[in-house]
Amino acid sequence: MEQLSANQLRDGIAAGRIRSLDATKAVFERIRKFEPTIGAYISTFEELALEKAADVDQRIAAGDPVGQLAGVPVAIKDNMCTTFGATTCASKILENFHAPYNATVVEKLLAADAVIVGKANMDEFAMGSSTENSGLKRTVNPWDTSRVPGGSSGGPAAAVAGRLCFAALGSDTGGSIRQPASFCGIVGLKPTYGRVSRYGLVAYGSSLDQIGPITQNVADTALMMNVIAGHDPADSTSIDETIAPVCDYLKKLDEPIEKLRVAIVPQFTAGADEQVQKALNEAIDLYMKLGAEVTEIDMPHLDYAIAAYYVIATAEASSNLARYDGVHYGHRTENPADYIEVYSKSRAEAFGEEVKRRIMLGTYALSSGYYDAYYLKALKVRNLIRSDFTEAFEKCDCIIMPVAPTTAFKIGEKVDDPLQMYLSDIYTIAVNLAGIPGISIPCELDENNLPVGLQILAPTFAEDKLLRIARMFEKETDWHKKKPDIEITNHD
Amino acid sequence: MHGVEYKVIVGLEIHVQLCTKSKMFCGCAVEFGAAPNSRVCPVCLGMPGVLPVMNKQAYEYAVLTALALDCRIAMFTKWDRKSYYYPDLPKNYQISQYDLPLGADGLIEIPLESGQTKKVGIIRAHLEEDAGKNLHTAGNYSQVDLNRTGTPLLEIVTEPDMNSGAEVRALAIELQRMVRFLGVSEADMQKGHMRFEPNINLAITKDGKEYRTPIVEVKNLNSFRALERSVNYEEQRQLDEFLDTGVTLEMGNKTTRGWDDEREATVLQREKEEAHDYRYFPEPDLVPVVLTEGWLDDIRLSLCELPLKRQMRYVREFQLSDYDAGVLTADRSISDFFEQALKTGAEPKRICNLLTQTGLKIAKEKSFGINELGIKPQSLARLAEMVDAGQISASSSVPVFEAMVQTGKEPEILAQELNLLQTSDAGELEKVIDHVLAENPNAVEDVISGGKKSKKARGFLLGQVMQKTKGQANPKVASEILAKKLG
Repeated sequence: MEQLSANQLRDGIAAGRIRSLDATKAVFERIRKFEPTIGAYISTFEELALEKAADVDQRIAAGDPVGQLAGVPVAIKDNMCTTFGATTCASKILENFHAPYNATVVEKLLAADAVIVGKANMDEFAMGSSTENSGLKRTVNPWDTSRVPGGSSGGPAAAVAGRLCFAALGSDTGGSIRQPASFCGIVGLKPTYGRVSRYGLVAYGSSLDQIGPITQNVADTALMMNVIAGHDPADSTSIDETIAPVCDYLKKLDEPIEKLRVAIVPQFTAGADEQVQKALNEAIDLYMKLGAEVTEIDMPHLDYAIAAYYVIATAEASSNLARYDGVHYGHRTENPADYIEVYSKSRAEAFGEEVKRRIMLGTYALSSGYYDAYYLKALKVRNLIRSDFTEAFEKCDCIIMPVAPTTAFKIGEKVDDPLQMYLSDIYTIAVNLAGIPGISIPCELDENNLPVGLQILAPTFAEDKLLRIARMFEKETDWHKKKPDIEITNHD
Repeated sequence: MHGVEYKVIVGLEIHVQLCTKSKMFCGCAVEFGAAPNSRVCPVCLGMPGVLPVMNKQAYEYAVLTALALDCRIAMFTKWDRKSYYYPDLPKNYQISQYDLPLGADGLIEIPLESGQTKKVGIIRAHLEEDAGKNLHTAGNYSQVDLNRTGTPLLEIVTEPDMNSGAEVRALAIELQRMVRFLGVSEADMQKGHMRFEPNINLAITKDGKEYRTPIVEVKNLNSFRALERSVNYEEQRQLDEFLDTGVTLEMGNKTTRGWDDEREATVLQREKEEAHDYRYFPEPDLVPVVLTEGWLDDIRLSLCELPLKRQMRYVREFQLSDYDAGVLTADRSISDFFEQALKTGAEPKRICNLLTQTGLKIAKEKSFGINELGIKPQSLARLAEMVDAGQISASSSVPVFEAMVQTGKEPEILAQELNLLQTSDAGELEKVIDHVLAENPNAVEDVISGGKKSKKARGFLLGQVMQKTKGQANPKVASEILAKKLG
């Protein structure tokens, strides 16, 4: 059962061949077995999930209509608000926070009759690239439990790779879906900014955050997109569908793009590990074999993406996280001397190091006298990066490059060197600054048997095309079919 | 004091609460006096993950006001976050407009006591969300009521163009009348719909040299009285301080003071204006507002002649007193009612009197608006015409008006039903008068003799005519006929 993809499971349930209750029970069996090792979830909802599964089975048996994800057990990152369970953002400051509303994507999952298994671990407030910044628990990579699953959506990626759910939703501000998908050998899509509602996604960098699927294969990502994409009146930045219509992403998925024009940016990606380079070159060869025309392009401003990102994202974060002050909800310090101490002590006690670092960076960048030099400058760089992509897409259908310079690194390897950690997002960050969609698909296993990801980028709102291009590669390879043998270890 | 001349200089920052049904960025009702924290939702509570959605009506009200203030209207604006920590501000930032206010470079004309008017410059007008309220009535801790959080506020900043407490008060009152006229705010001072923060200092000439005193900002005044008095108080206090210490703008810092209503004095709140760093930056959760020509034209349709202009026109064109014109233009509905009545061609002064003396009195007794009285302006105009034509007496207009309110019938019918119609038909009156003269030869004699009894006798005869006609004779016409007959 756990070998099925989300699409296969869905089809089986819809056809009455498989009961959702059995699939859901199987998932929880695996969770009981492997979760103590992997640590993907902050909370699980077995009772609720079984109830939903039974309900779906009953409706299917009765011939009643069901949603697109009927009976499919899915996970969501713990920064999406739910009225059931806590919404923690893996932070002590929200450890016991219960949201009074569901995020729009959660409503959509429920309306599609998905079975929500649990809420998955992440770097605190989505700040990090290894999930080691979680204030609540540790998640490991199912391929090698001594390594990180990537981040910040490390929990959802580990859950999908470890088959502790059939698909998941993550969020991506600078690579947080694509990089863990790459590290865990699965598929992760960051949709165009505005394609999926952010309402109910706890904000980190509002102008960069985007929710997207993390799945076993490209078709599952298309299926998830069919459920979550679209305009939301509650999110002013979500795109009007008259401007950019949402389509059925599954419909033409298997149709290859004819006369595909692929661009590569060798100068920019030269710093990647040898194994990663090799995987990229093989991918290029494959596309050429499929008839694609591959050209080298230059994108001169990509080198400044990380610098611009860490100004913009932290500036927005410093403001977005101001509300966690101990006054209205969340952790409050005991015995404050005055209301200033309610703020300063509550925040000092409950925020982790990386969150504090980014709040300070962002506060500094927005301070009067520095605004022009940092924030305004970063916005200018952002515009230049955007035009780099706009120009590039005049000459090509997609750009391919690595997802990350390395495969999954060792737990603890980079925690003491934030800059080194920031650099692991070098290939993903520009995509968020430009607002374009990007996908990570598995394209190799390195000599340590660790997955390598291939990143494909497309113009805004070209998710349908992007998925078809990814599917062209996937059809010819079987990297997406590789599953890790999870070595059960005893964590404390 | 010899050799010292001075002038007070005041600029005003005004917050006006717009009367939209729902809040600025969520669907919660804007409602005064509801149970604490009962008009809130995840958005205005600033819960994790929520996003604001702009209230279009609030934007239109704000633009309409900016148009009335003769501002340059920005066709492109955006929202900014203004950061500061305070328990009544759940996100710890306020959504506001920083460098692109929706209106700028305007002016407001205010009436002066002299009868002249003065133009005060408007620096900017922008829209923002209100904060909640901290309540300090629970003993050891404070409570926060977030019902007000997210209420749309229009902030208006004037140039420092005012030179007395009276002028500042006049501007505040004129602005109140204007926003009510435009229908964008109830501007109820008791409910905190208008809040004022004057910036005050003095320009002093002493021994031929010019000095400026340090600027004082008085926070959060919510009555016209406190506003005027705080300016007057500061005028004196700053003069005394200057004469005492010689402190000037260059030496002193801008300070913040509060108004103590009981002591009738301003009280120092912050010695140094702390270098507030609000860390403004563009609100990423909202898209910029692009005002199209078409949209602006639609908003402009709601623009009307402003109350002060109207008041002055009533005085000029209809010879109404300034007071009456002021009463008529205190409220848009009254003024519009008056204008509608005028369209029939009835006499403005008469309509004004009926409306202000009787109509508003009845409306006030019933706590009704003028349009809730159930009278059409045309009916009021007919009543005015009846009085002017002598069909009923001025005093009879009151019971007719009251009956109109009660029954909704037209004045002609009511005057008849109430037997209040006057006879102005000269022929008919002549017959009655002839009769009275014949019946009262002595009185006629007294009148004709012209002695001291003459005036009294004349009154007696007119009284007899009124009696015979059961009060329905037009006294003016009757006395004219009498005079003619008695020479």
